[in-house]
Amino acid sequence: MSFNLNRNDDVLLVEVDGQLVVTNRQEFKQAILDAVEQGARTVVIDFARTGYIDSSGLGALVSLSKRVRDAGGDIRLAALHDDLRTLFELTRLDQLFPLYATRADALAAR
Amino acid sequence: MAIRLPCRYTRGGAPSMTDRSTPCPAAIPSIMRRWTLASDPTLIEPVIDSIVALCVAAGFSERHCRLNVPVAITEALVNAMLCGNERDPSRSVQVRVEVDGYALRVEVADEGRGFDLATLHQSPDEADWFERDDGRGVFLMRTLMDGVESNGPDAVGGHCVRLTLQRTS
Repeated sequence: MSFNLNRNDDVLLVEVDGQLVVTNRQEFKQAILDAVEQGARTVVIDFARTGYIDSSGLGALVSLSKRVRDAGGDIRLAALHDDLRTLFELTRLDQLFPLYATRADALAAR
Repeated sequence: MAIRLPCRYTRGGAPSMTDRSTPCPAAIPSIMRRWTLASDPTLIEPVIDSIVALCVAAGFSERHCRLNVPVAITEALVNAMLCGNERDPSRSVQVRVEVDGYALRVEVADEGRGFDLATLHQSPDEADWFERDDGRGVFLMRTLMDGVESNGPDAVGGHCVRLTLQRTS
């Protein structure tokens, strides 16, 4: 898995390429926390190129959500394929994260 | 126990266009694979890719191949490496997979004593579900598989989790 971070003022766009799993969740989480530390407040995570997320990846997102909210921001998830969306519904984490059809929708929701 | 579904094929007969995407379960040969892995989570993904490929070839649904199989088996392997074997790279994890036209059966064995699945109730109804980092793996296995069994706690000779997923069209 690799990920790209692009920051524009207080908006951080994260593109995830590959699976978000136990082997990379800490690096993923720390990179976003570093950006929040530097002023990012709206975090949009684009999962258009993500196959699956395991419980470790979900846990990293939950943890990030709390940290970003504590900093006065929010996390928005975008472009999940149907099966990934189902994963969030099964775990009820769709109640914690707003899910957007596209990255543009997530960014426009400001 | 896999349920034998009625087969719409006659021996040697050509499938209809509709049937091409859902091959007769009986026509799919049973395939078995084994892996022995060190307790290193970076070794998990190639095994998952191989198991998913077996399921695709056996005609499992796209949802099973993109969600149920990779997520549930990843959970079992991570649990075995990080909890069962306590991240000790000298302790191994044995994976045995059998797939046919009816079901996927996976056994993941570690060198730990195991845990009591019957008393482990992970649920989104728990108060800290929306805050905690961990503790969703068993919930995901139960939700995404048709069967989850364990020979723990106090397993002798290693702990084994068995996962079963019936093929559905």
